[in-house]
Amino acid sequence: MTGAPLIDIEDLRIDLNHGSSQVPAVEGVSFRIDRGETFGLVGESGCGKSITALALIGLLRPPLSVGGGVIRFDGREIQRLPATAQRALRGNRIAMIFQEPMTALNPVSPVGRQIAEMFVLHKGKSWREANQLAVEALARVRVPAPERRVKDYPHQLSGGMRQRVMIAIALACGPDLLIADEPTTALDVTVQAEIIELMRTLCAERGTAILMISHDLGLVANVCRRVAVMYAGRIVEERGSADIFRTPSHPYTQGLVASLPRLGSRAALGRTRLKEIAGVVPAITSFPDGCRFNPRCAQATDICRATAPETSLLEAGGLVRCHHHA
Amino acid sequence: MKLRANLIIGGALFALAIFVGLLAPWLAHTDPVLDANLMNAEEAPSWLWWFGTDGQGRDIYSRVVYGARVSLTVGIVSQLINSVIGVGLGLSAGYWGGWWDDVVNGLTNLMLAIPSLIFALAIMAVLGPGLTSLLIALGLTNWSFTCRIARASALSLKSQGYVQAATVLGYGDLRIMITQLLPNMLGPIIVIGTLGMGSAVLSEASLSFLGLGVRPPYPSWGSMLSEARDQITTAPWLSVFPGLAIFLTVLGLNLLGDGLRDILDPQSRSRRT
Repeated sequence: MTGAPLIDIEDLRIDLNHGSSQVPAVEGVSFRIDRGETFGLVGESGCGKSITALALIGLLRPPLSVGGGVIRFDGREIQRLPATAQRALRGNRIAMIFQEPMTALNPVSPVGRQIAEMFVLHKGKSWREANQLAVEALARVRVPAPERRVKDYPHQLSGGMRQRVMIAIALACGPDLLIADEPTTALDVTVQAEIIELMRTLCAERGTAILMISHDLGLVANVCRRVAVMYAGRIVEERGSADIFRTPSHPYTQGLVASLPRLGSRAALGRTRLKEIAGVVPAITSFPDGCRFNPRCAQATDICRATAPETSLLEAGGLVRCHHHA
Repeated sequence: MKLRANLIIGGALFALAIFVGLLAPWLAHTDPVLDANLMNAEEAPSWLWWFGTDGQGRDIYSRVVYGARVSLTVGIVSQLINSVIGVGLGLSAGYWGGWWDDVVNGLTNLMLAIPSLIFALAIMAVLGPGLTSLLIALGLTNWSFTCRIARASALSLKSQGYVQAATVLGYGDLRIMITQLLPNMLGPIIVIGTLGMGSAVLSEASLSFLGLGVRPPYPSWGSMLSEARDQITTAPWLSVFPGLAIFLTVLGLNLLGDGLRDILDPQSRSRRT
């Protein structure tokens, strides 16, 4: 592996523009993803994880805009690329799959055509070749009888099949990065496991890096090598996924880990309630001073209410943004 | 399975009109213009003269058959022009928004405020009567409804997941409009289009009735009605048959529009099977 990471985000700020005033919805976000790496971004709804991904592919729309920081893809600054060059990256080198496989496919177009379109659009193939490649792409995502399925319309497929088609579309051009935004939230748990496994295998085969965005810490830690936890527009902790479960250092992460149900825990620990994190996520317009987690944090002291903590390196590897980290 | 009578009847009537128009030279008994014979003037419908004859002794049946050519040409071509203008403006306005949307909206409101037949009359007055000017006049004056429908559909469709997905997958604006938005709004556009064809046939009749359409002695259903006005009490067949032709064609187009809407929705197609 060469030195330059595939994705390098430095000190990203995303502003929510409201008239003449600007509110930072995401602030001070930095992370890197190497080629072929799996990276997870975890957080509650509204913490800024999805808009971070949109900024990454240059698709933030008003009222949101990148307020500062640098996003580099393969060494090039995304923000500085002309619109056509950004578009050429999307779908070709950076692909994305969505939460809702029900709505992410065009209802009036056969799925084979939608896959084939990627080859025509980004690889300059003829429709005849592209249709052939579409059948192969469907076969790769293990859709049975792909040569018949390509003619199906999305409403004729089940949710799991549609998500497979989405994966086939996303991976059609062999991208360097696959962004998976809550890819399995809308699916049954059994199908969920299949889809995740499929996604992971296909990406591993081709050396495609995964940026997985989810609120499900367990799922992300299962798929990804490294995990970043976001809270209220900031990354509060970034660790290897095994470490984050074993020794979470930020109080918010500790809360998240403690709130996960574990199989068999009742037998071991007796009847205990699942832990919860008291309070709610602050609104974007009224983030508290100091550490943004301080109103909900059991360990908060005066310094937490006065100054925002910087990120600090952990001895065991990883980063945390807390005054009191272990 | 539901029998879709509207599609079958509408399609049959429209197909019949097209068939008659295409095969007019073979179906007509006499030349619609030249075979005038005052000896046969104002004959009532009979075995010899199916639809009767007019004041100059011309066969009404042959004239109605030839008239289909004018009416259908006007109906289809002018509505095609309307659809292309309407969809082009409405789709781009809805998708892009901004100042372009304001411009298109203003233009649409302007068109809706002017009675289209009067506007067509004004264009005809400038261009002079004749088939070409009729096509242009009707083609430029009835796109506002198509435009509104296209714009409204584009507005609601552009927030759909698959349109966003297409953006993320690197589709350009034009490709998104053509592959994602257009096919999804085609149902209502086609319905509006067939209904528009019906009203274009009626507008042709109105303009020809006013003497601004196809010039006599060439037959069009509207001009035939216009000529028949004076004899409506003495020779009612002069107005009944062209009128019936207009009625059946417009009815056919309207039923066809309804029927097409049902089959153009792939979800309703699967419900039926």
